[in-house]
Amino acid sequence: MSWHVVAPVSEIPPGGRKLVTVRGRPIAVFNLGGEFFGLLNRCPHQGGSLCEGVLTGLVEAVSPGDYIYTRPGEILRCPWHGWEFDVRTGQSHTDPEKIRTRAYPVGVEAGQTVVEGPYVAETIPVKVEENYIVVDV
Amino acid sequence: MTRLLPGTIDCDIHPSVPDLGALLPYMDDHWRDMVITRGVEELHSIAYPLNSPLTCRPDWRKPAGRPAADLATVRREALDGFGTSIAIANCLYGIQLFFSEDMAAAFARALNAWMAAEWLDREPRLRAAIVVPSQSAELAVAEIERWAHDKRFVSVLLLVGGSRPLGKRENWPIYAAAERHGLAVSIHAGSNYHNPPTPVGWSSTHTEDYVNQAQSFQSALTSLICEGVFNKFPDLKVVLLESGFTWLPAHLWRLTKFWRGLRMEIPWVDRAPADIVRSNVRLSLQPVDGPPDAASLNRLFEHLQSDELLLFSTDYPHWQFDGTEAMPDAISPALARRIMVDNPRATYARLGALQEEVA
Repeated sequence: MSWHVVAPVSEIPPGGRKLVTVRGRPIAVFNLGGEFFGLLNRCPHQGGSLCEGVLTGLVEAVSPGDYIYTRPGEILRCPWHGWEFDVRTGQSHTDPEKIRTRAYPVGVEAGQTVVEGPYVAETIPVKVEENYIVVDV
Repeated sequence: MTRLLPGTIDCDIHPSVPDLGALLPYMDDHWRDMVITRGVEELHSIAYPLNSPLTCRPDWRKPAGRPAADLATVRREALDGFGTSIAIANCLYGIQLFFSEDMAAAFARALNAWMAAEWLDREPRLRAAIVVPSQSAELAVAEIERWAHDKRFVSVLLLVGGSRPLGKRENWPIYAAAERHGLAVSIHAGSNYHNPPTPVGWSSTHTEDYVNQAQSFQSALTSLICEGVFNKFPDLKVVLLESGFTWLPAHLWRLTKFWRGLRMEIPWVDRAPADIVRSNVRLSLQPVDGPPDAASLNRLFEHLQSDELLLFSTDYPHWQFDGTEAMPDAISPALARRIMVDNPRATYARLGALQEEVA
């Protein structure tokens, strides 16, 4: 595993996402209110591109007729069949232990730190005055 | 031939009302007068036409009149005939067809009183389902409350085809009452015929109506699960009677698949539908609607993923098999014991006491 620079922070605003490729792996990077998360861009069901899914909230119920809506923007629905995944963990809602997409650690580092390494930034030009999103792959 | 074990419980037999006159002594003065004044003669729906081969096995058919219409006959043909220790009478009569709620309630009351006096009082091996006027949940609950003290009534009988899907909240008082009193809810093939008995409209023949019962059961089961009946009433046991069961694995696979993508519509369904069925739903054995060879049938049982789902039934007097061959040979001895004895006892809470009686 090594940390890879995938984008300047300014490129993925809160609520935004970007599909990046790191060491040949397609990874969807999401910004949830300033926190960044990375998911393998492949639905474990049939391989749908999760990066193209709708971000929604978590709908739960204590009893029939209840609709409790929490965590707006943190649940990703696969664009193919609507399976729901927790952006923070990659776990599916209906079977979190067995059905999940791989989650990659994502962080933010200052340009100065990135320049000093050890970070891999093959395709991203790095400026010391910017902050960068880094993914551990 | 798989022999029936001692203690076998037959979860679906159909004693018949011989004719409406049999119920008159159990009606109050007003309704007895109405039957005569209005000239109400019979109350059988088209579900089991008398001359259809399905309606009665040839060796049980009478020269005239309904089959299974008196206790001596049912004793000889069903109880002694199969050697069952207990049989549950699910009386199919036209109660559900009425458009008048009051009339339905009056006839249901008479039917249950007739069942208690003419059958249960005279034959200790019999149990029965409470027939309710499903036209009105309020009146249905009143009928349940009327008989709940009588432990020989072990379930509440509904027909799979009604005016609206069975999971709808208008029916919840019925489920609440059943759960409260430890009564299973038995859903039997048939309809009130206020809607077409198939999902695609009125068909032309008895063949179509009967085969398509499986689709009605799928729709009813889906409704019960999706509307959250088992979340609201977690101790409720629903028994599908004369439903067949070979459709269940494929249907549950389909339902679970779509639940994964659409469950935000029904967020209270917090377990896979297949899991809900395994905890709350049971199905009667006859008619076995699968191939008879052992390999195919056992593969199907594997797909059911549980040995607790099936309950022994003969569906007497309906013609589903010949002789006493109610149990397919392919069924293993361990599964056979579950189907014949253990599963019915676990399903009908009011049969649980039997264990002590037998011991």
